[in-house]
Amino acid sequence: MYENTTRQMMKWVAGLVATIAMLPTLAAWELNMPKGITDSSQEIYGLHMLIFYVCVWIGVVVFSVMIYSIIKHRKSVHPEPATFTHSNVAEVTWTAVPVIILIVMAYPAAKTLVKLEDSSASDLTIQVTGYQWNWHYEYPEEGISFYSRLSQEANIARQVNSGIDPTSVPNYLRDVDNPMVVPVGKKIRLLLTAADVIHAWWVPELTGKRDAIPGFVNSLWFKANRTGTFRGQCAELCGRDHGFMPIVVKVLSEADYAAWVRDRADTGMTAAVTTAATDSAADAGAAALDPPVAVAAAASTSGGDAAPDMTALILKGESVYAQHCVACHQANGQGLPPAFPALTAGAITTGPIDGHINIILNGSPGTAMIAFGALLSDADIAAVVTYERNALGNSVGDMAAPADVAALRGE
Amino acid sequence: MTSHAAEHHDEHHHGPEKGLKRWLFATNHKDIGTMYLVFALAMFFVGGAMAFVIRAELFQPGLQFVDPGFFNQMTTMHALFMIFGGVMPAFVGLANWMIPLQVGAPDMALPRMNNWSFWILPFAFTMLFSTLFMDGGAPAGGWTLYPPLVLQTGNAFPFVILSVHMMGISSIMGSINVIVTIMNMRAPGMTMLKMPLFTWTWLITAYLLILAMPVLAAAVTMLLTDHYAATSFFNAAGGGDPVMFQHIFWFFGHPEVYIMILPAFGVISEIIPTFARKKLFGYSAMVYATASIAFLSFIVWAHHMFTVGMPLSGELFFMFATMLIAVPTGVKVFNWVSTMWRGSMTFETPMLFAVAFVFLFTIGGFSGLMLAIVPADFQYHDTYFVVAHFHYVLVPGAVFGIMAGVYYWLPKWSGNMYNEKLGKLHFWLSTIFVNVTFFPQHFLGLAGMPRRIPDYATQFADFNLISSIGAFVFGLSQLLFVYIIWQCVRGGTKATDEVWEGSHGLEWTLPSPAPYHSFELPPTVR
Repeated sequence: MYENTTRQMMKWVAGLVATIAMLPTLAAWELNMPKGITDSSQEIYGLHMLIFYVCVWIGVVVFSVMIYSIIKHRKSVHPEPATFTHSNVAEVTWTAVPVIILIVMAYPAAKTLVKLEDSSASDLTIQVTGYQWNWHYEYPEEGISFYSRLSQEANIARQVNSGIDPTSVPNYLRDVDNPMVVPVGKKIRLLLTAADVIHAWWVPELTGKRDAIPGFVNSLWFKANRTGTFRGQCAELCGRDHGFMPIVVKVLSEADYAAWVRDRADTGMTAAVTTAATDSAADAGAAALDPPVAVAAAASTSGGDAAPDMTALILKGESVYAQHCVACHQANGQGLPPAFPALTAGAITTGPIDGHINIILNGSPGTAMIAFGALLSDADIAAVVTYERNALGNSVGDMAAPADVAALRGE
Repeated sequence: MTSHAAEHHDEHHHGPEKGLKRWLFATNHKDIGTMYLVFALAMFFVGGAMAFVIRAELFQPGLQFVDPGFFNQMTTMHALFMIFGGVMPAFVGLANWMIPLQVGAPDMALPRMNNWSFWILPFAFTMLFSTLFMDGGAPAGGWTLYPPLVLQTGNAFPFVILSVHMMGISSIMGSINVIVTIMNMRAPGMTMLKMPLFTWTWLITAYLLILAMPVLAAAVTMLLTDHYAATSFFNAAGGGDPVMFQHIFWFFGHPEVYIMILPAFGVISEIIPTFARKKLFGYSAMVYATASIAFLSFIVWAHHMFTVGMPLSGELFFMFATMLIAVPTGVKVFNWVSTMWRGSMTFETPMLFAVAFVFLFTIGGFSGLMLAIVPADFQYHDTYFVVAHFHYVLVPGAVFGIMAGVYYWLPKWSGNMYNEKLGKLHFWLSTIFVNVTFFPQHFLGLAGMPRRIPDYATQFADFNLISSIGAFVFGLSQLLFVYIIWQCVRGGTKATDEVWEGSHGLEWTLPSPAPYHSFELPPTVR
């Protein structure tokens, strides 16, 4: 009976192995931690392999003894059990030996840890803020700041039953519109925080992960030894789209980095907020499937402060909405109640306009609605308020001017 | 060991009540134990169905079945049901059944509290389950309930917290009962250091529960007031700290890990000597190792949160303390192996599960040791490597411990032998496919796949496919377990009083099935 069961099992295993062998090879079979391209990541890799081999060797010894015993000390070959019940020598030995192994292991681990936690004397500081569900990067010294979101192609493909094969999308879920850019060979210090819930910033080839916590600032540093593009993603559960906030870091040579900084300054990707046409289309998710006519027009008015007419405001507002609001309140304004209320026929979006501007400026404490006052310009807030009141199924008919926002900001 | 079998039963006492009243008003430890075990089994299938949804969505890249928000509800609810509904009640069920038999007592010390502590659970879990149908859905912030994310839960929020409170009250009452029974109702001559290991590990577990559960209750109550009473315990804008919740939660959470594994250690320490026909090697070392693990479990909590940006000194302390746990755990494994050494072993189903436990729990222990190395943890943290680690200690660890215990004691409970052939089939299916499910998850985590995501980059596709296949077969194999139990309870070869050739301890001096009231006159232990 027992033999039969075993044979049956063997058949199952053989079948499974055959299935696995026939799997279409979607990508290389990655088995191990990447070595990475920084001294830190390579040291971590070294520690990982060291503790791994320690475990393997202990495992080999313990499991060999067990397997030997299972074969040799079964009743059919070893009918008379021994009667020994304890040995103080054995107990002391197998307490002391692991302690020694652990001390040997703890020393290099502690040494690496001290290095990893020393983010002093950095060459470049970047402020990283996690949002539901994108990253914001700010280079205070260069005056550059921008949002970084899942690429448009992947965002469309990742919708439930999109009908698009993820393997046809290059770097599916690991590509963004605006990657973080850093120079090679410089110590980069990241100051991490979050606006809403806890996120974690992680690019395995650069260094380990670190949490971005609302109201607190954590630091993390790395120094890339070579140029290239390195990918990761948010590593702390942060809500519905946690799986869809990738991180891409482009490591450039110093000259290329300097050129990138100049380029950014020219195209206006500085200080305040950017609403480039390409970004907003990418952000709309399902809405991005709609013809992006409005968006193209919006780009041309970006940053304009002249008395805007309502159509222009709505167009601009649509692109702001697509970048900052759509993840929670959804492309159709229906939201995901009750955490993310509907804007269509909402009490605030169809109520007094000052209240509407106020909640965008200051957020709503105790809810997921963060304060956008520091993130968006007066013009952007005026635009998105006007959009929300006159689109998404609403038709209040009034509009907000940047001056109204500025006035409320002052209060 | 004993001189006194229970030959005095059935003259002057009555049997169980008839019908529903027997269960509703149950005060008998065996009835309550049975209810706990049946309840836990049902919850394993509810939690398993949720795992099925998770693995189906992860079967291939892209989103095929569920919305990401619902996926998060599934991961959260899967954990809550398996931990609080499956593993913990199953061990309380084993404790209810076996502790009075093992210490030679007629029943548990506090039978009415026992009834209450069980009957809270179906209400707690009905309420928790009902959150799936509420506005905003079930909790989706992970079973760890981290703020601020958990504060975005919809109408389910207060219900989740109330159900966690109810589970806590149930566990605390169950623990008090265990402690009072063991301290006061041992048979004459059974000194502390003569107690069976299962009783010992449960005594220690009960203390862990009493110390840990109120901490969880405090943490979730603070969440409640943060949400409804405008307090700011965990809100930085009001002077609070979201990381403080994590410290408080894991001060409960780490002992909780040992609450789920120590009773399994006890079961394994009963089974291996029986089937090796040899006394447990290093009995007192085993007791001291269990106590050391319990103590250490209270000073390692922050190893669950190495990436929150603790001071260097904190990281070093928690790294060293965590590594230290490997020592008493190693002592336990070495003692089990030494018990097997030069024994005379046979491999009936309980022994097969026990041996698989030692192998696979040790693998889970190794990945735990790797996770203790803080710099490496910066890479492992919140990836599938962690998922693989805790499933190795919980499924072939705690759950195999429970299944081993059920096969081991089922003949004593039902009076019949289970079907050995099917038991072995169940064992092999479970053992092979638990590895097919969880082993590839180590690779996924190392290659950089975070946990709690419904969709993944395409380089993770192959191992996810294998893991999903493993999970489906493993899950379906458990239907066989239900069938085997059902078949055994209904009939079969009559079990002897000893049941197993090498059995040892008071429970085997009673007839099979164990009489409704056992040990009315205490046996004497020499």
